[in-house]
Amino acid sequence: MDYMTLLLILDSTVRLGTPLLLACLAGLFSERAGIFDIGLEGKMLAAAFFSGAVAAVSGSVWLGLLAGIGASLVLSALHGLASITFRGNQLISGVAVNFLAAGMTVVIAQDWFHQGGRTPSLMGGGRFTPITLPFAETLQDVPVIGPLYYHLISGHTALVYLAFACVPATWWLLYRTRFGLRLRAVGENPAAVDTAGVSVVGLRYAAVAICGILCGIAGAYLATALQAGFVKDMTAGRGYIALAALIFAKWRPWYALSATMLFGLLQAVALRYQNIDLGSFTIPVQVMDALPYILTVVILAGFVGKAIPPRAGGEPYIKER
Amino acid sequence: MTGTAPAIELRGISKAFGPVQANKDISIRVMPGTIHGIIGENGAGKSTLMSILYGFYKADKGEIFIHGQKTVIPDSQAAIAAGIGMVFQHFKLVENFTVLENVILGAEDGRLLRPSLARARKELKRLAEEYELNVDPDAVIEDIGVGMQQRVEILKALYRQADILILDEPTGVLTPAEADHLFRILDNLRNGGKTIILITHKLREIMEITDTVSVMRRGQMTATVTTAETSPEELAELMVGRKVLLRVDKAPAQPGDVVLAVENLNVTDEKGVQKLRDVSLSIRAGEILGIAGVAGNGQSELLEVLGGMCTATGRITLNGDDIDLSGRQSDGQSRRARGIAHVPEDRQREGLIMDFHAWENVAFGYHTDPAWRRGPLMDNAALQADTARKMEKFDVRPPDPWLAAKNFSGGNQQKIVVAREIERNPTLLLVGQPTRGVDIGAIEFIHNQIVALRDQGAAVLLVSVELDEILSLSDRVVVMFDGQIMGDGPASTANQIGLGCLMAGMGGADTTAMAGWTISDAAAPELMQEG
Repeated sequence: MDYMTLLLILDSTVRLGTPLLLACLAGLFSERAGIFDIGLEGKMLAAAFFSGAVAAVSGSVWLGLLAGIGASLVLSALHGLASITFRGNQLISGVAVNFLAAGMTVVIAQDWFHQGGRTPSLMGGGRFTPITLPFAETLQDVPVIGPLYYHLISGHTALVYLAFACVPATWWLLYRTRFGLRLRAVGENPAAVDTAGVSVVGLRYAAVAICGILCGIAGAYLATALQAGFVKDMTAGRGYIALAALIFAKWRPWYALSATMLFGLLQAVALRYQNIDLGSFTIPVQVMDALPYILTVVILAGFVGKAIPPRAGGEPYIKER
Repeated sequence: MTGTAPAIELRGISKAFGPVQANKDISIRVMPGTIHGIIGENGAGKSTLMSILYGFYKADKGEIFIHGQKTVIPDSQAAIAAGIGMVFQHFKLVENFTVLENVILGAEDGRLLRPSLARARKELKRLAEEYELNVDPDAVIEDIGVGMQQRVEILKALYRQADILILDEPTGVLTPAEADHLFRILDNLRNGGKTIILITHKLREIMEITDTVSVMRRGQMTATVTTAETSPEELAELMVGRKVLLRVDKAPAQPGDVVLAVENLNVTDEKGVQKLRDVSLSIRAGEILGIAGVAGNGQSELLEVLGGMCTATGRITLNGDDIDLSGRQSDGQSRRARGIAHVPEDRQREGLIMDFHAWENVAFGYHTDPAWRRGPLMDNAALQADTARKMEKFDVRPPDPWLAAKNFSGGNQQKIVVAREIERNPTLLLVGQPTRGVDIGAIEFIHNQIVALRDQGAAVLLVSVELDEILSLSDRVVVMFDGQIMGDGPASTANQIGLGCLMAGMGGADTTAMAGWTISDAAAPELMQEG
């Protein structure tokens, strides 16, 4: 494999890993606050549809992004209402969000656009365009670093750079601010937060809201940056892969970056090498496409070290005497 | 008492949960700079009253005055603002946070953590010097002992400028040495002008440290007295409403042959932690052997092995016959068939099925007995009649075999379990925490039943974290620490201080001073410096 191929694979790793990273960080905020969120998938899907639809109608990708975030926030609020206010089962609420999004997007898409459950293809201002970083063109011919800068670092959409900036930002917020301390505490022992005179409900809603915003960006990225428009079930299990990555990352921001990029790499490899010829037999394309999902199963089955989830995760907080 | 206003004054506090009147017209005055004890049986309403004071519940009626000012406390935030700090029985700490992070949680100075942490570090140093509250600020909570964790809770309250401190059953999880340290801290706090409310059901602690004491019974305040002018007997009577015998009245043991012999018992749990290390002991017929130790030092595992709930290596014989430790005969059913009865430590999880009727619970474990068989079915009518008889004999209230186990009070639940096990006339009775969460009246009854069984010639193994219970009930005492036996000897020569040292894994002069005691080499010879 030559250097150029490597760069191209890594480049598509970044593009494919970005929605996973955003969703993974979304899950990180929610789960660190003690709210398990299996509904990342549904929120992304709803965001993908509404961003695609609004961008198609208005022609503005930024309006699309806002619509995507809005849709995701509405579903987040629903999840919050069920699991925080009404102390329902968080898994069931999350599954409900997924079903709701899967059904609703296709039905509304068909009703609005009559294109078989997809939105019209986005063109021009309806899509996020790649940003060429300064000097990328001029430095392109510098050996090694030039192509690296031009192909891998430069030339992504704004959302990719935003996603990567979210990693240190999340770390800083979690470990260096009052909000982060309280957020981590509420996922470990809400009673400690409550007796310290801080609202458990408020903190958890805040976490779920941040989760909604990040899922919204992830969904909008799928429809308006990675592809040009919404198609049915376009998230393709990315929400679940993000959850697996979150466990793999042990609920830490920097690990989340590595974990999601590993999944991105597998997807990139699967895209590039559809059939791998091993001489005596050929690994079929289906195996390659299934790789990220196989890894997900392996991780969820607990083969990768011991991951201790936030201790109060999944448990609604009920004040005791 | 003229001039200064009480630090806390409650006037006519009432609180009902549905039909249950948890607090009824309660009034107390606690003067600043004093330690005020609140004593009462389980369910007497102590915790409810303190929850009202800390803003968890809103009183139906009544007023709260803090330093003479009428104060409304709708939530914990308001309680903190009023200068009230609370140390709960179950600590409210974030396990994987450092001490420092736990202390500032909810009381940060600003949006960024760094300045708050720096200030808290300084403040903790000052408090440590002032009140003997030494804690490593960078230690992670899950790595430090319970005594230390409790100090963190006190520090949390002090960091929030609390001048009224409420402690709910603070010594339940502490070794005697740790409890002494806590009392020294409380004494220092009192000298520093803080007001302390101590909730407990241990009369000894009340007598030792409080200035005044209030007694609660069935939601009402029955008396408030000056500690120096009262006696444990008087307080016990006020708590229960009748005269109670605090000492167990028992004749000297008449030990017979060895019933149970345990040799080199080892247990390793699924995480690979060794829970029992070469434990050897024996119990004779007509003898009560007490196992003393702080919770979690292997006593539970010992009970579980003997009761057939967990496997082990080593050798156990009952009346000279081997007992299967890991094979097909190592389950509870086989143990019961051999005459080993078991009152487990956690009655609600292991002793009873809470949703089942009393008679079903009394049948459990013995339901395969041919005596209760009628053809292929169980003879339910006979079981119900038998249960009614046992409930009568053990004074279970209400004596209704059809009531679900969960609807009995803690003491009566325990009586059901004890009745089931003792009435089988076992050769060996295993008893874990027989009186945990049980009121004084029922404690007296259960203790007498255990002694009566001993006098009939049964061997009894008693595990309890209550040292008083061990000392008053046992004939011989074994102390366990970290899965090992630290020492054993007669109960008559044992004392709190010596046992306390052994419970912390230490030997030394206090332990060898106990006549007739064998101290294990595993016990550290010197007193370790407390952190």
